[in-house]
Amino acid sequence: MDLLRFVTAGSVDDGKSTLIGRLLYDSKQVFEDTMASLQRASTAQGLEAVNLALLTDGLRAEREQGITIDVAYRYFATPRRKFIIADSPGHVQYTRNMVTGASTAQLALILVDARKGVVEQTRRHSALTALLGIRHLVLCVNKMDLANWSEERYLAIAADFRQVADQLGVERVTVVPVAAVTGDNIVDKGPNMPWYEGPTLLEFLETVEVPDSARHAALRFPVQYVVRPHTTAFHDYRGYAGTLAAGRAEVGDEVTVLPLGVRSRIAAIDRYEEPLRCAESGDAVSIRLTDDLDVGRGYMIVDAAHPAPVATRFTADLCWMNESVQLRPRQQFWIKQTSRRVRCLVEHLDDRLDVTSFERQDSPESFALNDIGRVTIRSMEPVFVDPYATSRDTGSFILIDPATRHTVAAGMVREVVTEALTGTAVAAPDGGDSWNI
Amino acid sequence: MTELAIKDDVVPGNVLFAATENDAGLEALEAEAIFIMREVAAEFERPALLFSGGKDSIVLLRLAEKAFWPAKFPFPVMHVDTGHNFPEVIAFRDKRIAELGARLIVGSVQSAIDTGEITEERGPRASRNRLQTPVLLASIALHELDAAMGGARRDEEKARAKERVFSFRDEFGQWDPRNQRPELWSLYNGMHVRGEHMRVFPISNWTELDVWRYIEREQLEVPSIYFTHEREVFERDGMFMAVSPYIRMLPTEQPFRAAVRYRTVGDMTCTAALRSHAADIDSVISEVAVARITERGASRADDQFSEAAMEDRKREGYF
Repeated sequence: MDLLRFVTAGSVDDGKSTLIGRLLYDSKQVFEDTMASLQRASTAQGLEAVNLALLTDGLRAEREQGITIDVAYRYFATPRRKFIIADSPGHVQYTRNMVTGASTAQLALILVDARKGVVEQTRRHSALTALLGIRHLVLCVNKMDLANWSEERYLAIAADFRQVADQLGVERVTVVPVAAVTGDNIVDKGPNMPWYEGPTLLEFLETVEVPDSARHAALRFPVQYVVRPHTTAFHDYRGYAGTLAAGRAEVGDEVTVLPLGVRSRIAAIDRYEEPLRCAESGDAVSIRLTDDLDVGRGYMIVDAAHPAPVATRFTADLCWMNESVQLRPRQQFWIKQTSRRVRCLVEHLDDRLDVTSFERQDSPESFALNDIGRVTIRSMEPVFVDPYATSRDTGSFILIDPATRHTVAAGMVREVVTEALTGTAVAAPDGGDSWNI
Repeated sequence: MTELAIKDDVVPGNVLFAATENDAGLEALEAEAIFIMREVAAEFERPALLFSGGKDSIVLLRLAEKAFWPAKFPFPVMHVDTGHNFPEVIAFRDKRIAELGARLIVGSVQSAIDTGEITEERGPRASRNRLQTPVLLASIALHELDAAMGGARRDEEKARAKERVFSFRDEFGQWDPRNQRPELWSLYNGMHVRGEHMRVFPISNWTELDVWRYIEREQLEVPSIYFTHEREVFERDGMFMAVSPYIRMLPTEQPFRAAVRYRTVGDMTCTAALRSHAADIDSVISEVAVARITERGASRADDQFSEAAMEDRKREGYF
């Protein structure tokens, strides 16, 4: 049974909370005491019916204001799959929270009201999820009950949405007509839309294939921690602990260690007491090399034939997340990218993206909270990056304010501008050639 | 907001899966938790692992063992002892710590009461649950911890569903839900100013069922009170509380013996038992899989005070 992580975007007005409530309820995931507590809370608010938004809006402030402010994570499972929902707010002032929710998602579920169709907010949600590298969008055309269950209406909205997806370069689009109130096409088909022949939302989520592109890429293994037991049994053990960010590693593979630029081979892959022959992206393991090198946290072990660029200047899409201070050129930060943390400078703001018209304004003076645009970054020490479009885990980074130590921006690498020289690449010491498995 | 039509054929609860099938989902959760623990060990100077003797922290200990093998995990284990713990749980704690050769730090609610740092609640509903918070914060300060890892899960409770994996605490140990750091991808920001600290939750994305299936997969030992046993209990607010010196029965409350087990393990004054004949992990999994009540709803009196009981306690610095 595998795991699908998806993000939902939409506002209370679109019926997002009702839809999630319905998905959880009809797939038998809402417990009796939770329902009872919803009932109590709804009564306390003076409502006659159960307010399903209270199921997802867990904070006091959210309940008081009736809006979703922060991402909430929901879990459910069917016999076919496990799901993690990042339930994200839809309002424009919480864009950074939506970006947060989308960053770990493999698929995005966007809601529209069948009476309103594709609106500005739909375009913004689509743009953000596309920017975050989500290649599969599911549009739920909700409130079909209020649109006379009209196939024409559904087809018109689907056509509008496909146009938006085309503009954004998203190829995989699925549009499902639903009514969260009655449950039509959420888990079960329901009697009201016999003209719809596609899968229900849950059927779709259970069966959609989300290819893991990282699995077929070249090896990227950021070293997180060096394991040195200093015990009698493991006296000379030196393992590089980390999670494969991309590609696969096999015992005997030739690798390059960055930033040293030195080649070596994989001597062993350990996962607890179990020695592995190979490991794939996402696996948390420890790698031992055939050579005795000085490798620490922030170094990266990469495929020798396809090493990562060693960059000191690159362009990136950046989402500014700080409410108190605006971003201006020449500001300095810590950049955290994989396990590496170095100082950097935002040299230039190249443009700002209007996330509803998809137009770009050149060379803005500053970015305010929630602004998104392209920037040029110079790092004081090299970072080992791939374009975000090809490798999510090695193409993403955050910026940290050196004074407050808070996370102030999220970035996605576009293109390497300047590459640094690595330590002179030298052939592996003798062991490298004669070594065989 | 909409009325939810209640269908007769819907039985809320988890879905039962064959325990034998290869579980890619559980593998992914394990890898994620190990990644988080390694980040903590690398980014903090004085981290500790919070251990209660409950199933979630037992899973944490196992993950810590795996993350740093063949070395010992590079942080001490910390327990906030209310003095009202189940004796079975304290015995289990000491045995497990000895096996691992780990260092144990104990923050004692009883000694804080004895020295007058905190005051015991009074009345039949007195509990030491809230008193854990000042003791936890004092222990963190005393040992100058900059990170405390805990076994909280987002599926437990609605405020926890909103909490970050790296959850920032200000110099007063408070959680500010409106001012959480953005947390994207797997890029956790552990940077902080001296005096502030981080709570870290490596199994945030696990569900109760995931925890039990992992216990089964790893053949982990858990305290005996998780399985059926006969115990003297009394009923309060629809829940079965253990008869103990720490809790005073009201005149209307009558003790009786019943076959029960615990779904969560906390203080004896606020953790309730449920009727069960589940004698092994398999039957516990079957029971959890068809449960109609959440684990905190079924067994935690401390969450029933108000709609936002957990959020309010977390703001004060609760685990």
